[in-house]
Amino acid sequence: MATCPNAECTKTIKIFAFFMCEVLHFFNLIGSPKGPTQKMNLFQSITSALDNTLASDPTAVIFGEDVAFGGVFRCTVGLRDKYGKDRVFNTPLCEQGIVGFGIGVAVAGATAIAEIQFADYIFPAFDQIVNEAAKYRYRSGNLFDCGNLTIRAPWGCVGHGALYHSQSPEAFFAHCPGLKIVIPRGPIQAKGLLLSCIADKNPCIFFEPKILYRAAVEQVPEEPYTIPLSQAEILQEGSDVTLVSWGTQIHVLKEVASMAQEKLGVSCEVIDLQTILPWDIETVCKSVVKTGRLLISHEAPVTGGFAAEISSTVQEECFLNLEAPISRVCGYDTPFPHIFEPFYTPDKWKCFEAIKKMINY
Amino acid sequence: MAAVSSMSKMYGLCFHAVRQTAGLKASRLLQRRGFRVTVVQLQQPFDSSLEKPQFPGASAEFVDQLEFIQPNVISGIPVYRVMDRQGNIINPSQDPQLSKETVLNFYQKMTLLNTMDRILYESQRQGRISFYMTNYGEEGTHIGSAAALDPNDLVFGQYREAGVLMYRGFPLDHFMAQCYANADDLGKGRQMPVHYGSKDLNFVTISSPLATQIPQAAGAAYAVKRENINRAVICYFGEGAASEGDAHAGFNFSATLECPLIFFCRNNGYAISTPTNEQYRGDGIAARGPGYGMLSIRVDGNDVFAVYNATKEARRRAVAENQPFLIEAMTYRIGHHSTSDDSSAYRSVDEVNYWDKQDHPISRLRHYMTARGWWSEDDERSWRKQSRKTVMEAFERAERRLKPNPELLFTDVYQEMTPSLNKQRESLWRHVQQYKEHYPLDLYEK
Repeated sequence: MATCPNAECTKTIKIFAFFMCEVLHFFNLIGSPKGPTQKMNLFQSITSALDNTLASDPTAVIFGEDVAFGGVFRCTVGLRDKYGKDRVFNTPLCEQGIVGFGIGVAVAGATAIAEIQFADYIFPAFDQIVNEAAKYRYRSGNLFDCGNLTIRAPWGCVGHGALYHSQSPEAFFAHCPGLKIVIPRGPIQAKGLLLSCIADKNPCIFFEPKILYRAAVEQVPEEPYTIPLSQAEILQEGSDVTLVSWGTQIHVLKEVASMAQEKLGVSCEVIDLQTILPWDIETVCKSVVKTGRLLISHEAPVTGGFAAEISSTVQEECFLNLEAPISRVCGYDTPFPHIFEPFYTPDKWKCFEAIKKMINY
Repeated sequence: MAAVSSMSKMYGLCFHAVRQTAGLKASRLLQRRGFRVTVVQLQQPFDSSLEKPQFPGASAEFVDQLEFIQPNVISGIPVYRVMDRQGNIINPSQDPQLSKETVLNFYQKMTLLNTMDRILYESQRQGRISFYMTNYGEEGTHIGSAAALDPNDLVFGQYREAGVLMYRGFPLDHFMAQCYANADDLGKGRQMPVHYGSKDLNFVTISSPLATQIPQAAGAAYAVKRENINRAVICYFGEGAASEGDAHAGFNFSATLECPLIFFCRNNGYAISTPTNEQYRGDGIAARGPGYGMLSIRVDGNDVFAVYNATKEARRRAVAENQPFLIEAMTYRIGHHSTSDDSSAYRSVDEVNYWDKQDHPISRLRHYMTARGWWSEDDERSWRKQSRKTVMEAFERAERRLKPNPELLFTDVYQEMTPSLNKQRESLWRHVQQYKEHYPLDLYEK
């Protein structure tokens, strides 16, 4: 077991401890790829996906701030040397330019993989993403599209990131038809989902949980493989409560599920949504019909967060099946704080308490 | 010194190694011919024994006088022209000497556009279409630049470039269909009028947000450069849109990433009601080009030959040298911003009349043609009658046509239909079946 880079962050250590179980998920991959695997952390699994893409698709280019030397999170290490400076290159420091440029590359028929250095800095590109990329196909009557565009950005809390290195902005984009938003929980999912995003003929935003870049390690196939978009994954089956989340928070929920089983005798069904938009309504609703209770958890602030969308849809579809109000355990409606992070995050105790309340409703 | 030269050697080796590796995987995508050398960006080698500044950020000499650079807006970048306001060639070496057929085509396209504008503007006034934007006074910028391009060159526009599409052969029926949003609209009725697009004619569909096309054009040009097939990209925008952050982004990206791209700015004096002295304080848009390391020129946008010459040369060099060019075409927006605007609220009739009567691209070209005996009063009369007739016929056809099937409300959001959208579509249909008398179903295709 490698040591956690951030010793003070108890959450990181806890999450890390659960990665050993993730190895089992290798066998759950859709269309299990054969072939050799390699121990990879999250950023290495991203590099592997990008490497596969550059090898198989001669039009593919990767660009953004600092990607040439390997990237601030090392996701593009080695790619420029291997594939050339015209395919892996730095852009000026300008997110609206990075996404606008990426749209243009995609419209011209090439595969564009744009990196935004932190999801917190994606907002200058909001107009290009929402008004342009998302609407390109619709507004042109399918004459033009930017389906070849994938935007990648590090996402979520990291222990010390504060306001501008911790954000989870998926809810802003979830409100925008035409986009796909995907968030992996670990290296195996990351590679498969990223390759699906790149192959997908719609503009995709791929958020990478930065806290897991080094902490999450799995045996990841070297060959390319895809994990389908818009399909949630049931990580463990249960009968009493449905727990839904995505990205880092999945590992918290898995721990909460154990706690609930041990301390309350409550059986939890844990679902990784994986794709935020379009989301897998069927899998979640089917689960809630079975369990009657739903807890949704995310780091992003609770008001207007994506849990609100899930909650609203589930109560429409499964109203009479609900045994208790749907519970959301999320960040508070504050900017993401620095020193108060241990209090801010929707940790396992808050989730556990919410389950208790639902059971005793 | 030794350190520097061994570093250079090392980088040289790396570069060589990169070429080798890349070469193994290369298709014709990786022909180095077109690429300027920007390998591992080596900042200039250090030599502190020289008095020259060693900063990586600029290459310059030291100076010991405190002096601010004065921006020159009194005598700014000069305006290149070929014809005077009466249509006489000033310097014969600049006459592109286009054939009579070509010049007549220029003239006919400009006047056809003008005729279509008049009729569609009127049709909005009569409530037949919801909105329209005319191109009065700027026809020269469209036709001159479009004629200088290859038909395969990709065009990104703003919204006042209909003449480019017309020059390329976009049928009147398609212009009308888009404005009427009828079932023949290539855009499937989704956008407001004048948001044209054509895949066949390499004209990317217009969108309302301003300047968003500018960095997109840079990206498209980069992809086109990698294809190495003698193709350029042109990006049109107004002087108002040039204030947007996206414009700065597009200029900077295209220069740093060495894209074969022509930026064509139509400086027509107004952004709706905002005159240029409230839009910028520097010497227009052309003066910004050098700030980005871009070759730039200012031309008389009402002189179709000047526009043609500048665009032709910019295109040739952009593709040959993989660098962007900035052309600022000075012109005047004779019409209102759109049918939602009444420009008498912010400018004088005298000002508008000057441009309409004394410096109009169409009349200047006509003078050129009549001086050569290529166009007579009779030709003018019969052409005006004929062009009006064809426009009216297209107009009447478009009027009669049904709107597209409302199913098209739900398609093309994604490439594929999603389960959720499908449910929404079905829910709309059930609702419309139940309340059908409240929905204008007869106007739409079934």
